[in-house]
Amino acid sequence: MTAAIEFSNVSKRFDDLKALDQVSFSVHEGEFFALLGPNGAGKSTLINILSGLAKSHSGEVRILGHDVVDEFKMARRSLGVVPQEIVFDPFFTVREMLRLQSGYFGLGPENDDWIEELMVTLNLDDKADVNMRKLSGGMKRRVMIAQALVHKPPVVVLDEPTAGVDVELRRSLWDFVRTLHKRGHTIVLTTHYLEEAESLCGRIAILNKGRLVALEKTQTLIARGLEQNQEITVLTSQTDPQLPQALEKYLIAKDHRELRFRLNREDDSIAWLLSMLEAANIDVLEVNSNRPDLEDVFVSLTSQK
Amino acid sequence: MNYYALKTLFVKEVVRFSKVFLQTLLAPVISTLLFLIIFIHVLEGRMDVFPEVSYTQFLLVGLVMMAVIQNAFANSSSSLIQSKITGNIVFVLLTPITPFEFFLGFVAAAMLRGLLVGLGVFLGAVWFVGLPVENIFVVLLFLMLSSGTLAALGVIAGLWAEKFDQMAGFQNFIITPLSFLSGVFYSIQSLPDFWRVVSVFNPFLYMVDGFRYGFFGHADIHVAISFLVVLFFFILLSAIALKLLKNGYKLRF
Repeated sequence: MTAAIEFSNVSKRFDDLKALDQVSFSVHEGEFFALLGPNGAGKSTLINILSGLAKSHSGEVRILGHDVVDEFKMARRSLGVVPQEIVFDPFFTVREMLRLQSGYFGLGPENDDWIEELMVTLNLDDKADVNMRKLSGGMKRRVMIAQALVHKPPVVVLDEPTAGVDVELRRSLWDFVRTLHKRGHTIVLTTHYLEEAESLCGRIAILNKGRLVALEKTQTLIARGLEQNQEITVLTSQTDPQLPQALEKYLIAKDHRELRFRLNREDDSIAWLLSMLEAANIDVLEVNSNRPDLEDVFVSLTSQK
Repeated sequence: MNYYALKTLFVKEVVRFSKVFLQTLLAPVISTLLFLIIFIHVLEGRMDVFPEVSYTQFLLVGLVMMAVIQNAFANSSSSLIQSKITGNIVFVLLTPITPFEFFLGFVAAAMLRGLLVGLGVFLGAVWFVGLPVENIFVVLLFLMLSSGTLAALGVIAGLWAEKFDQMAGFQNFIITPLSFLSGVFYSIQSLPDFWRVVSVFNPFLYMVDGFRYGFFGHADIHVAISFLVVLFFFILLSAIALKLLKNGYKLRF
């Protein structure tokens, strides 16, 4: 099966900075895929190379089998990108912007029905003839999404589309993106909201300092965190109890009578923790084991040197 | 060639300058006509130009060409730098538009603006300055080649400049002096030897002089030489602009 997106040994430098270092992975057709990483990890650079806004120094990138350099026309026809920054052309209205974008792909009046449908779906229809300058940030973001979809691309990339967007709009955008995914579009998402990636995406790649540090199904990735560490919350009868020295390094949070420990699954056990607390005359009232979430895995992977 | 994409880019550029026509069309027409009125008031009858050609006629033709080339340059350069600085150039860069289509779209729209301003100056003056037309083909040829050359230079400047300040420098230190010193206001035959020699290195001179030949059948330089020089610069600047676009110079990092 042809991959929707295929990165093969992609490297990119900015002077002495290695922005991307031999990044290789594929996104399957029909996937809802997340690309995560801290600021400066190389996510946007990778997306820019995918969309032709940047050039890699080595490696290959293909969209539905089309090389983004040698077959850029077919590659770009297959791809819709919602850029991270809000940008617009102040000379035009919403409808004009969408018709121009459609025209750049060689689509004329035959695409007008789809443009109207997009505006209705994204609640832009009552702003169709309003100049872009007069729209709110959220509305401008919707227009950018409509622009990315105007040529009905099978692969859609959203580069932090909900950054700076209010909760209501964020929810409506995700409902819309879910609908696109159900219709068969391959969706690639970068976001800083890890709960979004966790709830929406089937597979996740994590970049850190230009390198791919994880590529797993979302549940596998979370389970990996579960395998490595477990968090234990202990409620004691004493306020701010004095912990034995040996437990200090496991303590990650302390709030009056509540203590939170992170234990390594292979080396430490809950029984050992409780025995240490008992030996220190700390009266334990309640013990809870917390399920790790994507954020724990993300922090663990991206904080490694 | 994707003709619909090319047409869309061209239309977008034309609509862009039409929406601010006071600034892009009317203002340059008015300022050029003011040049005409002031200069003919001061210099009519005091400057010898071509035989049987009044200074007013001579000046009008030069000013039309100056308006054409300045505005052709201004359109492609300002549109590109604005799109780069505001970031909306990505909407074009994300599409399958080729460097050649990109170039044609920007250059054709810039030529149209230059020609519209030139036409505006002509229409504004022709009712009080009668003009002969010796060879309409030469007139049109120099209009197209000269506006195309400056539109291509505008693409290069728009790609190169990263700030409005740099663009203003390009306009004020290169385009304006070269166009003012291209024989718009005088015949180079009236210049001292040194300045006459310096003038022949100004490519704008050949645009203005060849254009005048189309009206009067007279020129300071043989029209065939002017044609070849302008054609050379058109090809050279177009090739440079296309190469820069193909390499994604300051567009694709």
